[in-house]
Amino acid sequence: MIEIKFFASLREDMGRGEAEINAADAATIGEVWARVADGKVLAENMLMARNMEYSSVDTPVADGDEVAFFPPVTGG
Amino acid sequence: MKVEILEEPLSPWVEVERYEREVLSPQHSGQYGAATVFSGTMRDFNEGDGVSGMLLEHYPGMTDSHLSKISQEAIDRWDILDTLILHRVGVIMPNDPIVLVAAWSAHRVEAFEAARFLIEELKSRAPFWKKEQLDNGERWVAKNR
Repeated sequence: MIEIKFFASLREDMGRGEAEINAADAATIGEVWARVADGKVLAENMLMARNMEYSSVDTPVADGDEVAFFPPVTGG
Repeated sequence: MKVEILEEPLSPWVEVERYEREVLSPQHSGQYGAATVFSGTMRDFNEGDGVSGMLLEHYPGMTDSHLSKISQEAIDRWDILDTLILHRVGVIMPNDPIVLVAAWSAHRVEAFEAARFLIEELKSRAPFWKKEQLDNGERWVAKNR
């Protein structure tokens, strides 16, 4: 399985904070998005992480991974 | 080197004093000639609107590891002795401290440069998000000046 997390405004837009897919259903982060986004386009400024490291849509994913999508950060 | 995400109120000056007493003094006695401290506090205005409160969200695990990573990067890059980063999450009100970044070194230049690096990296890459309470609703902060 691949665990997916959404944060902040993106979580509200998606209507959920978490999702899960079978590892066989996606080879990259971009494909993970396509599986869970119900046809929504991933906005250009959105950020993503694989196992808590910044990544890109081309980053490969594997069974047991945690993938997160979130808007630009605003801490500090 | 210490990084902590706090759900409870933060007292930056108490924490700096405590860290010097508990960590710097025992580990680097007589060596730390300079400390640069950045303290960030919540304003009651943003983008021309009054703000009455804020909810600060983070990505548990990734936020901590990212802050540890930039702390290690600062230690590797500058001749500094130690760093401290504390950051609030949860409900925050105007005048509440939000963030503390500190760097210690023998001389001032390294402490200034490392502390500046840490707060700029934190603001641009650490996964925190602010949602503001306004008079007429709420909004996610978009610009992080």
